[in-house]
Amino acid sequence: MSDATGQPLVAVPVFPGSNDDRDAAAALELLGARAQRVWHDEDELPGRTAAVVLPGGFSYGDYLRCGAIARFSPVMRAVGSFAADGGLVLGICNGFQILTEAGLLPGVLRPNASLTFVCRDVRVRVERDDLPFTRRAAAGDLLSIPVKHGEGCWFASDELLAELEANEQIVLRYAEGDNPNGSVADVAGVCNATGNVLGLMPHPEHAVDPLLGSTDGAAILGSLVDAARLSSLVVA
Amino acid sequence: MKATVLVRPKPGILDPQGQAVESSLRHLGFAVGDARVGKLVELELDAVDEAEARREVERMCEQLLANPLIESYDIEFREQE
Repeated sequence: MSDATGQPLVAVPVFPGSNDDRDAAAALELLGARAQRVWHDEDELPGRTAAVVLPGGFSYGDYLRCGAIARFSPVMRAVGSFAADGGLVLGICNGFQILTEAGLLPGVLRPNASLTFVCRDVRVRVERDDLPFTRRAAAGDLLSIPVKHGEGCWFASDELLAELEANEQIVLRYAEGDNPNGSVADVAGVCNATGNVLGLMPHPEHAVDPLLGSTDGAAILGSLVDAARLSSLVVA
Repeated sequence: MKATVLVRPKPGILDPQGQAVESSLRHLGFAVGDARVGKLVELELDAVDEAEARREVERMCEQLLANPLIESYDIEFREQE
């Protein structure tokens, strides 16, 4: 649901060590949303929040495990109950790590198989185009979006992976030969069982302006803005 | 009371840090098999006995110190020096 200007409100929680919150907010605004950054010790999401984007960065210095400490921030309780009600939540990179640690998304993100930090454009295949995060794309589309992470190697046991494949929860995969981190089954992004929470390692917020080489990130973030505009699940 | 928590990658989980350590040790001429890298967390506790302390530290491990999908943990106790 959007305000009088037609712009849905997207909350962007900011943790100590987040560093892509401004880029996420700028990209969302470019795509027609109103973005509001929310400090991590807030107990509640802003009124009228129609979607949440957890940004990239190095929350709490990545201490212990990436995302392991941020998940206990007060704002994450609010994000958890928003997600449980069916609210739209997108986690990018460190945001993805936080969502897996919080149990809102399956699997875990581990150090890259190469043990090196990777920072480059990758091609990502869209596996599902029926989600609030992918409706602007078509299944099979290859999106060029940058990654920049040291711990993006998504892992799930064989049993869990089989379950996720059967439920079609693998939403994005690195194109063949373009997996930057050694993730199981080339997974780049997964959603929860109900499809209202998505996490991905690539950074769509860095690929919305032609000046930066690709605008393919708008397929993801623009879909989210479209869905947020129509969503009836809005924070009171 | 002091507790030492050892957090290890579970068997079968790819451990690139362990592989890098193993390969470096081989380069140095050491004959090593598999190397695995985990974490050590030392805690000071106010618990009255070890059973209580163990329950408390197990809860810490489940909630924060280890990720049960990929890690196992061992807890050891000793009296404060």
